[in-house]
Amino acid sequence: MTVSNPYAALLVGIMALVTMLLRFLPFLIFRKGRTPAYISYLGDVLPQAIIGMLVIYCLKDVSLTSAPYGLPELLAALAVVGLQVWRRSSLISILSGTAIYMVLIRIL
Amino acid sequence: MKTDQTRRGAVVKQAFVKSVPVMAGYIVLGIGFGILLHDAGYGILWSFAMSALIYAGSMQYVGVSLLAGGASVVTAILTTVMVNARHLFYSISMIGRYQNAGRYKPYLIFALTDETYSLLCDGETPEGADPDLYRFLVSAFDQCYWICGSLLGSILGAALPFSTAGVEFSMTALFVASFTQQWLDSHDHTPATVGLAGSLACLLLFGAESFLIPAMLVITLTLTLLRPRLSGKGAAK
Repeated sequence: MTVSNPYAALLVGIMALVTMLLRFLPFLIFRKGRTPAYISYLGDVLPQAIIGMLVIYCLKDVSLTSAPYGLPELLAALAVVGLQVWRRSSLISILSGTAIYMVLIRIL
Repeated sequence: MKTDQTRRGAVVKQAFVKSVPVMAGYIVLGIGFGILLHDAGYGILWSFAMSALIYAGSMQYVGVSLLAGGASVVTAILTTVMVNARHLFYSISMIGRYQNAGRYKPYLIFALTDETYSLLCDGETPEGADPDLYRFLVSAFDQCYWICGSLLGSILGAALPFSTAGVEFSMTALFVASFTQQWLDSHDHTPATVGLAGSLACLLLFGAESFLIPAMLVITLTLTLLRPRLSGKGAAK
């Protein structure tokens, strides 16, 4: 089912507005110089926690109960970790990890 | 004024170098988005509009299915809130840094994607560079890559001569790489562990479709309870 263009434009507008609202809201609530210590604390510790959450989010649809049992994801992710520790270059880690994954899903 | 110009040129170059790790990921993911959108019956103008106005990678992928399935207005609002709620946290952690960014502030906030956040959240800016201009340029470079990728995807459509199955892993690889780098850079790994373990527990409890909101609550609550232990210890860099 494809919707009419005006309705599709409305949906795109809603997605854009809600996304903007989420990004701007904290800045509107906590004005200059009045950021509570608790919020600053969250700002310090949340980044690492959220990146961890996003890793899980990316892997949420991987099935461990059916072939290939998440092996391509696991091996490619381990390669990314290893390369990042070794070379400290995100670009090398990401490109190699993705290439390894693309090979693995074709051979496993 | 020449020194001003050379300094400005230097900032552009530094910002570009900083943004390079995101370039490949955004162009590839953008192409994937453009192809999906094309297959759903929406051409290059839609692709441009979504990447320019929404500018949130995973939301745009979800958006394709909302458009294709003729979602209701309420579904569109709720889905966007769920998929993008994490942006609240990005903004919260950037309040201090973006507070006095002046004319760059609105765009810096608008363009705070996962990847731009992962580039800028360490708070480091090159010596001698205007930090706000530098962050603005990094953000703008990133959105350029994303838009270019989307437009390319629309043009290529389904006409690519080879199978691109698996390119979507670049998003996972990007987050795994930043997770690893943050782990290497920090002394106390409690926040990272809380994020990983809390999300995994919620994924197992609530399932793939609905674990994100509970995970965010669990993470925030756990870190709040750990505050006496963690604050002032320089857990985060």
